[in-house]
Parts: sequence; structure tokens; C-alpha cells
Amino acid sequence: MKHEQNREPAVEATQLSKRFGDLDAVKGVDLEVGSGEIYAFLGPNGAGKTTTINMLCTLLRPTSGWASVAGHDVVKERRAVRSKIGLVFQDRTLDDQLTAEENLAFHATLYGLSKEDIGDRISSVLSMVGLANRRKDLVGTFSGGMARRLEIARGLMHAPQVLFLDEPTIGLDPQTRARIWEDVRRLREEEGVTIFMTTHYMDEAEYADRIAIIDHGAIVATDTPTALKGRVGLDTVRLATADDTWAVHSLTAAGFEADAGEDGVIVRVPYGEAAVPALIANVGVPVRLVSVHRPTLDDVFMHFTGRKIREEAESNGSAMARRFAAMQRRR
Amino acid sequence: MSTTATAPLDRVQTLTPWRMRHELRAAWIVWKRELIRFVRQPARIVTGLVQPILFLFVLGTGLTSLVGETGGLDYRKFIFPGVLAMSVLTTAIFSAVSIVWDREFGFLREMLVAPVGRASLVIGKTLGGTAVATIQGSIMLVLAPFIGVRVTALVVVEVVAASALMAFGLTAFGVFVASRMQKIESFQVIMQFLLMPMLFLSGALFPITGLPTWLSVITKLDPVAYAIDPIRRVFFAAQDLPAVALVRFGGGVEWFGHVLPVGAEVLVLIVFSLVFLVLSIRSFGKTD
Repeated sequence: MKHEQNREPAVEATQLSKRFGDLDAVKGVDLEVGSGEIYAFLGPNGAGKTTTINMLCTLLRPTSGWASVAGHDVVKERRAVRSKIGLVFQDRTLDDQLTAEENLAFHATLYGLSKEDIGDRISSVLSMVGLANRRKDLVGTFSGGMARRLEIARGLMHAPQVLFLDEPTIGLDPQTRARIWEDVRRLREEEGVTIFMTTHYMDEAEYADRIAIIDHGAIVATDTPTALKGRVGLDTVRLATADDTWAVHSLTAAGFEADAGEDGVIVRVPYGEAAVPALIANVGVPVRLVSVHRPTLDDVFMHFTGRKIREEAESNGSAMARRFAAMQRRR
Repeated sequence: MSTTATAPLDRVQTLTPWRMRHELRAAWIVWKRELIRFVRQPARIVTGLVQPILFLFVLGTGLTSLVGETGGLDYRKFIFPGVLAMSVLTTAIFSAVSIVWDREFGFLREMLVAPVGRASLVIGKTLGGTAVATIQGSIMLVLAPFIGVRVTALVVVEVVAASALMAFGLTAFGVFVASRMQKIESFQVIMQFLLMPMLFLSGALFPITGLPTWLSVITKLDPVAYAIDPIRRVFFAAQDLPAVALVRFGGGVEWFGHVLPVGAEVLVLIVFSLVFLVLSIRSFGKTD
């Protein structure tokens, strides 16, 4: 991680837990986020992502455990934590009847910026997210993507050490999502801010330096996207052949790990593309089609939790999760 | 202090001059937001005039023809101060209850997560509602000439001051109610159970002297009654009214058979305002 510097961690938690009634929303989370890192919490709805973020942002008091953000205890030094973090919530939290500039000035004043600093800072954060020309426009006229970028700009107004983004791209189209990611990575370069984000979009988690997979309130794996994929293991090569049974026999005899799947022979190899010539040479029957599949974060999630992330998000089991999310939004 | 009630944001921090300035500016920006939103909705200002105009010119004219004049005072002149106060009341309550919208649209959370005291936010919000309601009520003064109510410079000053005090108390009360409300749907409830009773019991539409005991007792519980009487006295003082009209229409709130002097009514309003201001601040401290 090129951005990790030799300073104290920006976010640190030990056995952080939260219980709502008889529901264990977060069960003993341990984590450490380096200064300047982009750290992503990946998990389905209701996995405990927002609850964890809310505890780190002092919005929710942990039931047990300890956490510090920007060097301050989230329970004992709430005000200090609050002044050093920026927050972008899951839902839109702008005042539509104010202009972009007024929304930012409102925020900055609550965070104690001086009047002189506010004007300059508004210019720089607005240009950082490409909204400089909309400065005087009412936020009510903004599209979802613009509003989200303005919220990110607002989160940066007071130059926080850690910027928390809770599902920053939820409900946005792919183009806008890509644009927001560009912004996030650029502002990390320009501001050196640590970014702690949650997502349930697999493809997005790859933008992060490190990913923590969270499921049922506990972290099941933490690593870089590449390393996580590595831990899931081998590439799979799928061969559609004239005789799959024969193919499995000959490949197994040649020392490959091969099984007959529904539509072809599945072979597990460390590096798929490189193995294709050897597989073809040893299969002994005509091959109609070859495909190589490298593990994605979807596979990673599947590997660690036994489920696909999107299935979970839509299953009946998430009714509780949704009710729960609604409960949290109201806080 | 693990799972006990939420502690103050930082109980050990002292009120340094920098911090004090920060809190004051926070309250100021919350106040300013209320005013920006008010002037950006001229339609709301105009709509706010519709109800008072209906009361004054439709109900007022109709009832004047029914009850006639008493000593040179027709019903419209009698209800004018009440209708002005009604305008203050409605604007103050709705402005306060807009917090529920802020909660629904998430803006409240944006405010609550900031490193400022809840008191600054609540005071800013309350003073914002106060300013807006005072302006809306004072606009009513332009209608005075149409029904023959004389307005002097002194009347303007006194009415604005009385409206401001009334607006402050009712906004503080409204903010407290809003802090306990989760849903916009509760708005209808507010209308039915707060606004209309407060208006009807206040003496805005009929004198509250000489009422049956049960009704008389309830009117004394209505804070608006303590605000309308001073406003009405200010107007009456400028009208050269005959004694008979003053006796019939001039009575204010009575406690134990004695009419309260204006000073006492103002004191009641101040106490009411401060109590609800404190309750609001405490209530927001808990919504964490």
C-alpha cells in the first residue's frame, strides 16, 4: 500500500459490538485503517456496515468494544472525532432550497471554519468534484449524481482526516458511479484524506486499497483486492468437449484437477491462460470451446460467506435488514 | 458509561472564547437558513395571508352584520389583533415543525453530526422561526386601514415586539413537539390537536371574559391567550374607543378573579418560552 504512512492508524477498532434488543448487529469487529488508505466495507444489506460506520462516527454508542478515529476515542471524545471526520450518508441530506454554495457554507460554519476560509474552500472543493459552475444554483435542480458529488464536496469542506462514505454510489447509473470513483481517488491524492467506505457493489470494491468482507455483523476477511482473489484460489478453465467423461479421465491421468460439470469439464489451475495449451494437448478428445475464469470479488464473497452478495440483498431474509436500515436512517 | 443515556457531547470541555464564537456562529447560520428559505418562498408568504383575510373579511364581515357594533367597535376591529396573532401562531408552529421535514430528508442528521452543541442548533432554529413568524404577522398591519383600524408608529413597535415574544414561545413549543415527532403524517394531528384548539381558546375570535367556568379554565391554559391580550390592548389604546366597548371587549386573562396586567402576561410568556426552549434542547440531546 503506497499510501500507508508511518503514522498512527486513522481508524482503529477492537471488538466493537452493537446490540439492538436481541439482535447482534455488529459482533466484535476488529479493524485498522492506515492514514491515506481507501478502505472498503463490503457486505450485503443488513450485514452491519452502516451500524459500524455510525459507531465510528459517534452517531451510535457501541454496546461494547473500543474504537478510535483520527486518534480520538469515539465514546469519550465525540466532539473531537466529529470535527475531524467528514460524512456522506446513504441518503441525500442536502437542503434543496439552498444553493450549492449555501449548503457548503452552512456546513462549514457548523464545523467552525472562519468566514474568510469558507469562500476559498468552497471554490476548491467544488472544482474538485467538477461543480464549480453550479456554485450559485439551487440544489433542488441537481441530478442524483451531482447531489452526491456535492455531498462529497461538503464532507471535505472542513478538511477532515477521515472521510466516511456510506454506499456513496447507491442508486446511481454506472457512468456516474465511475465518475464518483474518479473523484474519490483524486481527492485522496490531493487531500491525503483517509477514506472509509461501504458498498455492496462488488465491482466497486476493487477501487479500494483494502477490503473487509463483513457478513452477519462480523468481518470474515480483510486484504487487498488482489490478495483476496488469491486466497479464493485457482482459476477455472471450462472445456466443452465431444466426450466430457473421457476428457476428465485423460486430464486426471495427466495430473490435472478436473471434474465434469453441467456444461463441460471444469479444470482448476493456478494460471488459466497459460494452462490452456497443455490442457488441449492432454484432453484426448476434440474441444469445442474453452473459457478461462479468474476469481472476482463475487467469487471472493461467495468463498467466504457461501452466498452471492446480490441474492442475499434481495432474499426474504433481508426484510429484517431493511427494517433495521430504516430504523437507523431515522436516527 | 457504556450503554447509559447519551452524555453531553463533551462534558469536560470548557467554554473558551473560540468555542463560544463557534457556537454563536452555528446558531446564526441555522437562523439564517430559516430566513433564506422563507424569502425563497414568496408563495408561502402570500398563502399565509389567505387564512387571515378570510377570517377578517369574510367571517368578520358576516358576523359584524349579525352582532352589529358595540360602542363604535365592530367585530372585524375586535378580531383584527387576534387574526394578526393567528398569523404569528400558524407561521411559528409550521416553521418549527419543519424540523420533521429536515429529519425526513436527512438534513437534521447533517446538523446533529456537526461538532456543535445541540443548544446552538435549537436556539438558532427557534430564533429563525421567531423572525419568520414575526415578519409574517407584521405584514398583517397593512390590512389595518381596510377595516378602519388606526396604526401609529408606537403601535407598530409594540405589535412587532409582542409578536416576537409570542413567536419565540410558540416556536420553542413547536420545536419541542417536532423533536418528539418522527413522521410527516403527524402534521394533520398537529393541525387538529394543537393549532385549532390553541386558536379557538385564545380569545382571538371572542372575548374570554364572562365565559362558562369550564371554558374559562381551559382558556387560561392556552399560551396564545397571554399573547393576544397584550397585542389587542396595544391596538385598542390607539383607537379612541368608548368605555363601553373597552369593558365589553377589552378583558384579558383572569387569575383568581383578577385581570392579569400586561406585565404578568408577558412574564407568563417568557417563562413558557424558556421552559420549552430548555425542553427542546434536552429532547434533541436524546435523539442521538
